[in-house]
Amino acid sequence: MQISEDALKQAYRQMKTIRMFEERLHDEIMTGEIAGFTHLYAGQEAVAVGVCEHLDYNDTIASTHRGHGHCIAKGCDVRGMMLEIYGRADGICKGKGGSMHIADIEKGMLGANGIVGGGPPIVVGAALAAKLYGDGRLAVAFSGDGACNQGTTFEAMNLAVVTNAPAIFAFENNHYSEHTGVAYAVGSEDIASRAESFGMKAWRVDGCDFFKVYETMGEVVDHVRAGKGPAAVEFDTERFFGHFEGDPQNYRGEGEIARLRKERDCITIFREHAAKNKLVSKKDLDAIDKEVSDLIDKSVEESRAAAPPTAEDVLTDVYIDYI
Amino acid sequence: MPVEVVMPALSPTMEQGKIANWTVKEGDKVEAGDVLAEIETDKALVELEAAADGEVGKLVIAAGTSDIPVNTPIAYLLRDGEALSDIEATQAQTLSQATEETETSETTGATPTQPTNPTPIAVTIAEDPELPADAEMKEQTVREALRDAMAEEMRRDEKVFVIGEEVAEYEGAYKVTQGLLEEFGAKRVIDTPIVEHGIAGLGVGAAFAGLRPVVEFMTFNFAMQAIDQIINSAAKTHYMSGGLVTCPIVFRGPNGAARRVAAQHSQDFSAWYAHIPGLKVVAPYTAADAKGLLKAAIRDPNPVLVLENELLYAVKADVPVSDDYVLPIGRAKILKAGADVTLVSHSRSLDACLEAAASLSSEGVDCEVIDLRSLRPLDTATVIASVKKTNRLVTVEEGWPVAGIGAEITAAVQNEAFDYLDAPIARVTGLDVPLPYADNLEKMALPSTEKVIQAVNAVCYRQG
Repeated sequence: MQISEDALKQAYRQMKTIRMFEERLHDEIMTGEIAGFTHLYAGQEAVAVGVCEHLDYNDTIASTHRGHGHCIAKGCDVRGMMLEIYGRADGICKGKGGSMHIADIEKGMLGANGIVGGGPPIVVGAALAAKLYGDGRLAVAFSGDGACNQGTTFEAMNLAVVTNAPAIFAFENNHYSEHTGVAYAVGSEDIASRAESFGMKAWRVDGCDFFKVYETMGEVVDHVRAGKGPAAVEFDTERFFGHFEGDPQNYRGEGEIARLRKERDCITIFREHAAKNKLVSKKDLDAIDKEVSDLIDKSVEESRAAAPPTAEDVLTDVYIDYI
Repeated sequence: MPVEVVMPALSPTMEQGKIANWTVKEGDKVEAGDVLAEIETDKALVELEAAADGEVGKLVIAAGTSDIPVNTPIAYLLRDGEALSDIEATQAQTLSQATEETETSETTGATPTQPTNPTPIAVTIAEDPELPADAEMKEQTVREALRDAMAEEMRRDEKVFVIGEEVAEYEGAYKVTQGLLEEFGAKRVIDTPIVEHGIAGLGVGAAFAGLRPVVEFMTFNFAMQAIDQIINSAAKTHYMSGGLVTCPIVFRGPNGAARRVAAQHSQDFSAWYAHIPGLKVVAPYTAADAKGLLKAAIRDPNPVLVLENELLYAVKADVPVSDDYVLPIGRAKILKAGADVTLVSHSRSLDACLEAAASLSSEGVDCEVIDLRSLRPLDTATVIASVKKTNRLVTVEEGWPVAGIGAEITAAVQNEAFDYLDAPIARVTGLDVPLPYADNLEKMALPSTEKVIQAVNAVCYRQG
């Protein structure tokens, strides 16, 4: 599949933004400035970006509790996201939602979701709307190997087939549903075969290789936009941090994370592939690194100094109006 | 016919009153709404108004007279064209009616009409077990007390098993099930995928089939996925089957706000589950109650919800060392006795109540603090007895105000202790919004010591 140099640079920028955003949060959470549950997406960037680079502004996605990567990949404002996670008035959701609830309908981001399996049925609804608009738009449900066991996900897959909705079920198999290995929690051979058994076409792809993800998603998106029904993709990917920040991760193998960071890092794999095939120069990629690093630094600096919401804000937004 | 003015019933339980003074004299012209007299009850001085226009024909009972039974004629108003002689006819008629009513009452055994207020199904509830003075105690966290309760009951009854997400290998997302897998094995401590509706239904089925499941929800926020099985299957089946099917199951896990985890992960389900006939609901505050109530829940033949609190898990207190420390479900506990005002709460909101009570005590306000412990059955008797002593009530809960636990208590108290209240009841609740994420907004949205103090000041009519 052809992809322009500019598009590649943009994809790399997005992946790198997610990575630096998450690694910076990991550090900042240690300082105690950010409380609550934060679930980091680092390690899975090639999936969010490889999917979202195929989407238009009017395509929609729904995310999970591990949602920062999907938000950034779909175009949510990074600065606004950082402010949100710091609980500031100028946060993307005015400091009311926080890490697990970032949403921005103008970007087609229907919302991260604190409930495992909450997203897929919502996406079928958005896909049904897309079908009625009739302009080829579609909706994507990001779910993990944990959510693939929820009844809500099963219902959503069946509904999507029954209504022939242009929905894509993007299953990111990072091998852990919270702290439990996928070998224990998922009874079937894989997740894609479950989707197939509901009557939709499914793909399996290495989620740590942006180029493979991007190419596969090209086929998937073409299939769905052509009105051939919903589709599913199972991505084999890796989670570099714990289920949440603070998770001791004693269920993971000795040296497992170090090995994954060495062998399965989608950023490294991207750079190696780009260099080998002379797609983007190292100099350009390094420049992007610097640009992203500055953006994250600035966002954190600004977030630390920003004002919290005011007492009036606590009562607004329960309803659209109060007439 | 002249208009009869009777001693009014100023409350459902008022039986007699006193005419403090007449504000009119015989011969005065009055209009409807004019004050005729001041009536004194044991709680208040109330103005008695004319129900119709007319002339004060006769004041039957003198000012200063006490113990006048409710509905006794105390005056007559004459309307246009009526004379004093008409009053005698009216008096005679009233007397004959009263006689008839007395006779009817004697023959049928009927009692005077009382307001018909709905009440929960009546159940008999035991007293707390008496602990011997030399009972062995051990300082434990709430977390350890809950774990011991499960372990002891699993040793006692092999039908008891624990199931849930991360309960076995990971020893609980909040480490409540530590050591259980090691002692009881994977047959009785079962990890599940993330499938709340499935686990709840599985638990119900196992209970129908004779086992005693303890279903852990990682938090009760996720039990919303399972609430159909909890209500439609666990709570209702015994009734729907005419008593043929029983469901001895425990659903437990942390409930309510933790810290900075936003609206979907911070919700108090107390009122939700307390609403459901067929369920029992407990919300322990102390480590000892956590142990005694969870053991009671496991032994109970009905479905019981144990609403724990993440922020209380690490709090330590003395816990009786006994395999049979089982508390009654449905009995509140007075955490601090006091004379001036009653504070009623449960679970973590009691922190705010106890702190407020300590602070107010230094200002001379003596608060009684009641821990409900159980939300269904709800021990309104203990609350009402306290209100009869203090005459003032503040309810405190983390849940939303509409149709909350405080609303239920308020209904019970106005029904049974209306005359004892010296001030309207005050409720401190979570704000009527989904819980916000930002630190300062989150604090604003939850009950606090300051809010409790303000409420106490309000019901005591004092300046804060």
